[in-house]
Amino acid sequence: MTTRIEARFEKCRAEGRAALVTYVMAGDPDPETSLAILKSLPKAGADIVEFGLPFTDPMADGPAIQAAGLRALKVGQDTVKTLALVRRFRDEDAQTPVILMGYFNPIHTYGRDRFLVDAKAAGVDGLIVVDLPPEEDDELCLPALRAGLAFIRLATPTTDDKRLPAVLANTGGFVYYVSITGITGMATPDFGKVATAVERIKRHTPLPVVVGFGVKSGAHAAAVARGADGVVVGSALIDALKGTLDADDRATAGTVEAVTTLVKELSEGVRSVNKRAAA
Amino acid sequence: MTNQPQPNSFRTGPDERGHFGIFGGRFVAETLMPLVLDLEQAYADARADPAFHAEMSSMMTHYIGRPSPLYFAERMTEHFGGAKIYFKREELNHTGAHKVNNVLGQILLARRMGKKRIIAETGAGQHGVATATLCARYGLECIVYMGEVDVARQQPNVFRMNMLGAKVVPVTSGTRTLKDAMNEALRDWVTNVADTFYCIGTVAGPHPYPAMVRDFQSVIGTETRDQMMAAEGRLPDSLVACIGGGSNAIGLFHPFLDDPEVEIYGVEAAGHGLDKLHAASLSGGRPGVLHGNRTYLLMNDDGQIQDAHSISAGLDYPGIGPEHSWLHDMGRVHYISATDEEALEAFQLCARLEGILPALEPAHALARVKDLAPAKPKDHLMVVNISGRGDKDIPQIAEILGARLS
Repeated sequence: MTTRIEARFEKCRAEGRAALVTYVMAGDPDPETSLAILKSLPKAGADIVEFGLPFTDPMADGPAIQAAGLRALKVGQDTVKTLALVRRFRDEDAQTPVILMGYFNPIHTYGRDRFLVDAKAAGVDGLIVVDLPPEEDDELCLPALRAGLAFIRLATPTTDDKRLPAVLANTGGFVYYVSITGITGMATPDFGKVATAVERIKRHTPLPVVVGFGVKSGAHAAAVARGADGVVVGSALIDALKGTLDADDRATAGTVEAVTTLVKELSEGVRSVNKRAAA
Repeated sequence: MTNQPQPNSFRTGPDERGHFGIFGGRFVAETLMPLVLDLEQAYADARADPAFHAEMSSMMTHYIGRPSPLYFAERMTEHFGGAKIYFKREELNHTGAHKVNNVLGQILLARRMGKKRIIAETGAGQHGVATATLCARYGLECIVYMGEVDVARQQPNVFRMNMLGAKVVPVTSGTRTLKDAMNEALRDWVTNVADTFYCIGTVAGPHPYPAMVRDFQSVIGTETRDQMMAAEGRLPDSLVACIGGGSNAIGLFHPFLDDPEVEIYGVEAAGHGLDKLHAASLSGGRPGVLHGNRTYLLMNDDGQIQDAHSISAGLDYPGIGPEHSWLHDMGRVHYISATDEEALEAFQLCARLEGILPALEPAHALARVKDLAPAKPKDHLMVVNISGRGDKDIPQIAEILGARLS
């Protein structure tokens, strides 16, 4: 059976372009606004949506995503509520792949097996769990695969050729190449090197390779799209959202639109690169 | 809990993947995983190299001032009228605490690995001071992450680190204490992978840190065995140590884990009380995953890490080393706790009876000696680890006691 993730990459390939993958935090700045944003993303040009599971101690994230998680937790967001939002998204959108991205402890605490059943039932397609390297595959990766969820792994500049096969072994859906050594939302990578890195990974896997960390504009997105199968944008969207909040971190009339405006720009950037010509 | 099958030895862990039973492991971002594996290999090589041990040993003697004395606390013994109380005097080490034992090992390892930039997290500042000290000694760049709250309550140590040439970075994220300093250090490490060595201050973090730090701290227990044999001709009957992350405790305990006749007590920080804000992960927490390992954590029903509280910045951490979690589940070590108030009382009692100002951290261990010692016979030999000296806490204690008098 073709999964939603496979179908979506197939569609992008048919259109001769890279995919746009967007990340926003569940519950930021409140559950209803985050759901409204999530629903607006595919319409604005996002091909795959990543929904952040808030965590108090996101040790691989920069200030923007840390703050987004704390805003969500402050208004009472938790894993149960995040799955409920995904269910409501899925009621209206049967096609767009939804990836939950976060850290292991909230999932561990929810109860791994129960989480996998509930996530699958809610319409989640894949998981990115930052603090689970292949050395800990028994914890969640293998059970997630058995439950029919893709376990999307991060590959980084420190993942050398010797290590890549282990990193890719149980990866599904796509590979997420982290373009810098560092945390989210900080340095902008040397986009010229990204294509070389993607080629290196592609020698080891038939899966699509998407690239994230440091992509902030349509121009960046276009630069990454030249060398990768997809472009991931997170912190820049959260910065756009944050810029619209009032003094008490509440949503304002412009919150959803600020995010969709940037997504449209990113989408245009991605769509400006014809991958057919490159291939 | 205690009805679990008992292992043949409590001293063989962790397994090759860093597990103590279900605890431990390597829960880190992929960027760090190759570094963690490099470190594991470098440590294995160093352990097998007599030159590494020779350098450690020489520096232990001439720079740190080891062995630290095992001192018969005669007046405290008389005061409680029970067990014969000995202090293992880690507070007499250079830099004033046990932390330096571990830092020496890690800095020598960093030198072997060719790393020139050292980062560390610190709570009370003792680990930061020890790291700054050895970085000064070996001419290495040193950056210490310290929660903003701890910077405020441990000013003497911040000044000390600055004098030693370290850069102290106040951490403003999260709860602005030790756990956030550790998050920030991990963020630095993930960003500066090529030249940076992360010198973790306790028996936590991804494998191999919990085992490596324990090995470096085990000099405490190894010396204690020899010293007690020399003083009394037999092993002690009980050991007592305070626990935040748990490095001074595991250092004392580990060489005795397979001596079932030795009772072992770890004292967590009960803060305002176990039903209020505290830092007692074993007494009040559940197993979860944070900072690279599975261990007991203070967290809510959604797995969000909760604020720890202790009067002692060094114990103010919502987790504990994974080996302690395992020893707790196995029932080999008894984990108990002491409140802020009890630690303050014990601090004052120790000062007046023994002329020793303990740090607020070991004052927690001394607080439980108040119940443990009187219940034991006079020939019971009890060792309390005085893991650090109280100089750093003087401004804080003066403020608390002064406020109470006014």
